Amino acid sequence: MSFWTMYGSKIFIAVWVHLFYVLVSVSIGFVVALVLGISLSQVPKYAKYILPVISVFQTIPGIVFIGMLFLIMGMQSATVITALAIYAVFPILKNTYVGLLDVDYQYIEAARGCGMSRMQSLFEVELPLAMPTIIGGLRMSTVYTVSWAVLASMIGLGGLGEFIYIGIATNNNALIVAGAIPAAIMAIILSLLIDKLKKRLEPGSRRRAVL
Amino acid sequence: MSVTVILEHLYIVLMCVLFSTLVGLPLGIMAYYWPPVRKAILRVVEILQIIPALAMLGMVMVIFGAGKLTVVIGLVLYSLLPIVHNTCIGLEGISPGIKEAARGVGLSKVDRLLTIELPLAFPMVFTGLRIATVTAVGVAVFATTVGGGGLGSIINRGIRIQNMQMILSGTLALVVMAILFDTVMAFVEKKLYQGADIRRTK
Repeated sequence: MSFWTMYGSKIFIAVWVHLFYVLVSVSIGFVVALVLGISLSQVPKYAKYILPVISVFQTIPGIVFIGMLFLIMGMQSATVITALAIYAVFPILKNTYVGLLDVDYQYIEAARGCGMSRMQSLFEVELPLAMPTIIGGLRMSTVYTVSWAVLASMIGLGGLGEFIYIGIATNNNALIVAGAIPAAIMAIILSLLIDKLKKRLEPGSRRRAVL
Repeated sequence: MSVTVILEHLYIVLMCVLFSTLVGLPLGIMAYYWPPVRKAILRVVEILQIIPALAMLGMVMVIFGAGKLTVVIGLVLYSLLPIVHNTCIGLEGISPGIKEAARGVGLSKVDRLLTIELPLAFPMVFTGLRIATVTAVGVAVFATTVGGGGLGSIINRGIRIQNMQMILSGTLALVVMAILFDTVMAFVEKKLYQGADIRRTK
């Protein structure tokens, strides 16, 4: 029996499971990070305490969240999704926070001068200006999450990591490649899509400055 | 948790940074001097970094077998991007006046690169090195899966035998290592940039 007839459909399912983990956890992480980042940016004077804390959390590898939640929540998809969502929060949170704090004061001043309220200024001026930075964080989170989702199979929950793990354990190179290549392609495609999104969201003034 | 595991992790990270520099620096210089291949080089190292770490290590393992060699090769491919990118950007950022002056006093291309351009670009290259090092500390936890040991083995074992303390101790060591590297290198980096500023104002 050829490799494809034996594993073809299994790979197909694994790709979807993997993609499901990534999309759900990054979406949750994105919303949480955006809310947290916007709230934190309202108290800029604490920035020098908040930023290092976020950076420290960012150095924690995804496997730690998966492992710890596995011990607490047991073996279920929610474990993986929660762990990856927590992991995905930090790069987006940091970029949202930094992006909002980096908005030039003159724009905020101008917004106030036009009679915008604090909220209007935040949502119509500051957030759009910070968007390229925020999307940069989203890209980082997504790429890393595809990478850490491979570990879902470590606690027996499938995804493309299953092929890689079994391949390594049984010395079966074909299986390793069957897991690794789709995972690599998935990461590349997702990052390309986010790059596209980033280009579209770039405010006109900035785009001109880049060119 | 034994000291050996921490040292093993440290060893993997240092080897990875050493070889990424040895490979990345020439690639960055090449990208700078040779615009036709610049895009290709930057694109390739970027894609290498996007590939999930375990997928990369798995594919490298197919060729080189399990062990430290595979880990180092995989991690080097993974951490090329910041070094190549910053080398190229750093060299490009040197003021045209300085480059012109170097050419004007009759320095050859190689002399210009070694005595003028690389030293001036060095702070930027060092920033790339710092990013690569801190990333490598984290990614090296995958080493254990392809038989390379390190702190990942503690965390993995902690998960297998369901020992929270073990997971946490491994994580703590890892985070401390990353922060130490980051802080020390950021300090050096600051000094380097200050030095560069002084040179420029003179």
